[in-house]
Amino acid sequence: MEDDAPVIYGLEFQARALTAQTAETDAIRFLVGTQSLKFDNQIHIIDFDDENNIINKNVLLHQAGEIWHIGASPADKAVLTTCYNKSESYCFLLSLAPFTKLGSFALSLSVSLSLDSRVVSCAAVWRMPSDWETGSHESPDDSAHNPQTLELLCHLDDSAHSNAACVLWEPMGDGKRVISLADNHALLWDLQESSTQATVSSTATLEGKGQLKFTSGKWSPHHNCSQLATANDTAIRGWDLRTMSQIYCIENAHGQLVRDLDFNPNRQYYLASCGDDCKVKFWDVRNVQEPVKSLEEHSHWVWSVRYNHSHDQLVLTASSDSRLILSNMVSISSEPFGHLVDDEELSEGEDNHQEDKSKEPLKDSVVSTYEEHEDSVYAAEWSSADPWLFASLSYDGRLVINRVPRALKYRILL
Amino acid sequence: VLFLFVCSPSPCSFHWIRKAEEQPESLDPCDINGPHFDPELFLNKLRRECSLAELMDQETCMVKQIRSLDSDMQTLVYENYNKFISATDTIRKMKNDFKKMEDEMDCLSANMAAITEFSARISGTLQDQHAQITKLSGVHTLLRKLQFLFELPARLNKCLELQAYAQAVRSHRRARCVLQQYSHLPSFKGIQDDCHAIMDKLAQELRQKFRDGGSSAKDLSECVELLLQLDEPAEELCDKFLSHAQSRLESDLQGLEAEIRPYPTIPSPTSNTDILEFIDRGCNEFVSSLCLVITSYQELFINHAQKGELLNAFVDDLAARYFSLVERRIQEEKGVADNSLLVRALDRFHRRLQAVTKLLPGSAVPNQGTEIVIRAATERVKQYLSALQSFYMDSLTDVRQALATPRDAPNSLPELLSSLSASILNQIKSVLASVHLFTAKDITFSNKPYFKGEFCSQGVRESLVVSFIKFVCQSSRQFCESAGDKGGSTPPALLLLLSRLCLDYETSTISYILTLTDEQFLVQHHSPVTPVTTLCAEAREAAQKLLNHYVKVQGLIISQMLRKSVETRDWVNTIEPRNVRAVMKRVVEDTTSIDVQVGLLYEEGVRKAHSSDSSKRTFSVYSSSRQQARYAASYTPSAPMDTNLLSNIHKLFSERIDIFSSVEFNKVSVMTGIIKISLKTFLECVRLRTFGRYGLQQIQVDCHYLQMYLWRFVSDENLVHFMLDEIVGSSAHRCLDPAPMEQSVIEVICERG
Repeated sequence: MEDDAPVIYGLEFQARALTAQTAETDAIRFLVGTQSLKFDNQIHIIDFDDENNIINKNVLLHQAGEIWHIGASPADKAVLTTCYNKSESYCFLLSLAPFTKLGSFALSLSVSLSLDSRVVSCAAVWRMPSDWETGSHESPDDSAHNPQTLELLCHLDDSAHSNAACVLWEPMGDGKRVISLADNHALLWDLQESSTQATVSSTATLEGKGQLKFTSGKWSPHHNCSQLATANDTAIRGWDLRTMSQIYCIENAHGQLVRDLDFNPNRQYYLASCGDDCKVKFWDVRNVQEPVKSLEEHSHWVWSVRYNHSHDQLVLTASSDSRLILSNMVSISSEPFGHLVDDEELSEGEDNHQEDKSKEPLKDSVVSTYEEHEDSVYAAEWSSADPWLFASLSYDGRLVINRVPRALKYRILL
Repeated sequence: VLFLFVCSPSPCSFHWIRKAEEQPESLDPCDINGPHFDPELFLNKLRRECSLAELMDQETCMVKQIRSLDSDMQTLVYENYNKFISATDTIRKMKNDFKKMEDEMDCLSANMAAITEFSARISGTLQDQHAQITKLSGVHTLLRKLQFLFELPARLNKCLELQAYAQAVRSHRRARCVLQQYSHLPSFKGIQDDCHAIMDKLAQELRQKFRDGGSSAKDLSECVELLLQLDEPAEELCDKFLSHAQSRLESDLQGLEAEIRPYPTIPSPTSNTDILEFIDRGCNEFVSSLCLVITSYQELFINHAQKGELLNAFVDDLAARYFSLVERRIQEEKGVADNSLLVRALDRFHRRLQAVTKLLPGSAVPNQGTEIVIRAATERVKQYLSALQSFYMDSLTDVRQALATPRDAPNSLPELLSSLSASILNQIKSVLASVHLFTAKDITFSNKPYFKGEFCSQGVRESLVVSFIKFVCQSSRQFCESAGDKGGSTPPALLLLLSRLCLDYETSTISYILTLTDEQFLVQHHSPVTPVTTLCAEAREAAQKLLNHYVKVQGLIISQMLRKSVETRDWVNTIEPRNVRAVMKRVVEDTTSIDVQVGLLYEEGVRKAHSSDSSKRTFSVYSSSRQQARYAASYTPSAPMDTNLLSNIHKLFSERIDIFSSVEFNKVSVMTGIIKISLKTFLECVRLRTFGRYGLQQIQVDCHYLQMYLWRFVSDENLVHFMLDEIVGSSAHRCLDPAPMEQSVIEVICERG
């Protein structure tokens, strides 16, 4: 029972942003956003053909700037959000256009000392052109040369709030609500008229000493999607979206910066976090004094942590030690005694385990360590279509698609 | 031939004579001295065999011999004659003397007969008088006895008055049988009644005295003895005796208890008697009275059946109370300053109980006493352990304070280490010496099997020494964990010092301490004990953890500086670099001081062979020759694939770097760890920023500066080169206008800085 070899795909640019296409449940599809200051940035749509172990790619241009974060709409396959940086060059003496494209940089150089430039972080909602798929199938070689451009639906910025760190879609929602985290504000947007218009419905502000800034966040799929968790510096905070007020706060959740969060899809109070202290911690938000569990397997900062959508014992972590680690956290999962229900109910992933105290709880363990990357891995995602498949993206633009080892898969299923 | 023949016979004949003397039984008829000598044959033989001259010689020789024999014979005859004459004289004289003696003997026998006759006559005359005298003396004795009887009541009364009870009883006992015998006579009957009355009174008084119980144990036992002699019922007396004894012993116990009681309220134990005095008092008052009671009881009630159980129950009961008092008192001995006092007290306690063993061989008391001693000893060991632990923690606090105060001597760290480890070792030694008192030869309980075996191995070795070492490791590990998240609570120097301490423990101290213990206590390992290797492994693990944590903390401090410096600056709109940024100088300074700090406690360690000759050459030469080409390549504004390819090729040839990995116990490895952490943070921070032209140039300058100074700290300088390359490469990628600075300018700036 040999496991399939990982599939590797190389991007030309450096990249940090990765997401699964959430609304797509048939095809295994990932979206990758590139980071380049010199060239037009791209969004790569990576299709994985499970049967033939082949990757098909399509490229869409994202000319606004380098992409730091990407999110796919849970309702509409074609809609996505990005957080991107754009450089603004402007001049005090000469009134150049405020939006200077990278290509015209030479021009501004000629004005030498009078030039000043600025990097601004923005967020926007985009729509993929409707025919991206058909075009690529006919002539896959041409797609790289003549890519289509994303269609801008609306900006998620207003004058008061900029510097978006990430944009979160309402999980399993209708694609009408997003939250953007900008500096120390969390903004809840309502998208109207097929997402072409966005209005801020409510905001929450992080108050405190110094310059506080949200680094990342996660919209909880539980409690009727009324909760949000955010990370700033070493703290994790929970917010109630109905009142936009803080409901819990885990101070010093990590020794250093908290990099990422994820909610357990089956246990509503369980939350995973990771950070610069090389640790992955699991919290029960009802008791925030101590983590339920703490892992220290990575040898550098952990940038991303993701629960498997169906089998929440499987946890994926990505680190700047260039490694990806898949852990089997059985003891704190919703199935601490293994799967006890019939095979028909497998895919539903409901919290329907029966109490069976006679069975020994299984041991937590590291399932495997993936070393295909050669640079820091900043993102890892499970596929939304195949619960046994995941992708990871390293800074040098290498995307690796891996599967859960078969032995483990069968142990969980049978 | 003739001459020869002539010479030979003469010695020959002489020889014969001598031969004849030696062998008188020779049968040779020619032997002149032999009994079978035949003169005819001899002559014939001579005549036949000898020449004339020989014969002549023979003859002369013979004549000479005959003549000498004649003279000998004459001398002998003369001498014997003289003796014969003197003997005859003597015999004649003796005959005369004997005749005189015979006459005297006859005279003597006649005299003896006369004497015998006289004597018989005298005794015949005196016989009558003698019989009379004998009768008279008999009457006299009888009269005296009667007088004694008649005087008895008065005498008894007098005794009663004088309280000479013993004499009264003695007198009464003497008279009792006679009075009993002649009680049918009215006069004797009267005396007997009187006596009975008096004796009843006496008994009454004795009982009274006995009941009062105020008298000493000796008096009491005397009392009982007398009462027994007065035929009082033994069981009742026995009970009473015991209850009296009990009340007295209880008062002793109360006295003891009174000494304990003030303890909980009065905090200062100095105002009270120390334990030795307490035990002394207990022994002198309680134990000795107990022994007295036992002895007198055994003497008094020796022939009463139920005495054994009663006495045992009595002793057990009282001893249990005594023991509970002693235990309470021992438990109050919390201070560990002077163990000898406690040991002496326990010794005395134990020794005095031996007396009870001798008196009551089957009693459980001595065993209970031994158990108390054992409990006290184990308790003491526990106290010592906690004292050691608190001493250790106090020492650490001292070290912490010493580290916190600005240190004037740079080598204070090794001094602190050595003084710390020396003081801990001294403390352990003094504790061992104190505990050793329990097993000293002159202590009575030291030869109990517990103190020979289990106390040494389980008590001292395991629960004292081994536990302490484990505690040291454990507390060291806690420093890593408690400080783990915030990193600020434990000063890094302390971590370093502790890690060295644990390492020293692993290499030598643990085995030294255990050997010392085993030698001092002659530990015989009946029960399984923790082997040295386990402890060493634990210490090494602790040392490793501490050192790793040290690296992490120090790396974090430098990382924090670098991170802040990268995050807070606007790299797009920065001015052209003129200087190395102050933070880089700070980083190098801090790294140097860390290097000095680590160097004080850890050895240099092994460096990889220098891949280039950079270390030997001056730095400026090195950088211009090698670095320029490398950087220039990565900045070439070419297609993005090319730069990726280049950095990927770099990575192909370099091993994966584990950032927060375990370090070795040497300076270079520690420094490598710290620098790795710092530079990796730098890299990750740079990747999150966007740079302007001068921003990139500033990074170039900073990295060059770091390269100039950091390579010497690490085991493999390529590592520093590679990581700095990566930083500059990344910032070039993140640069809006990548125009690298001239290498020569960078060098000038760095050298000026």
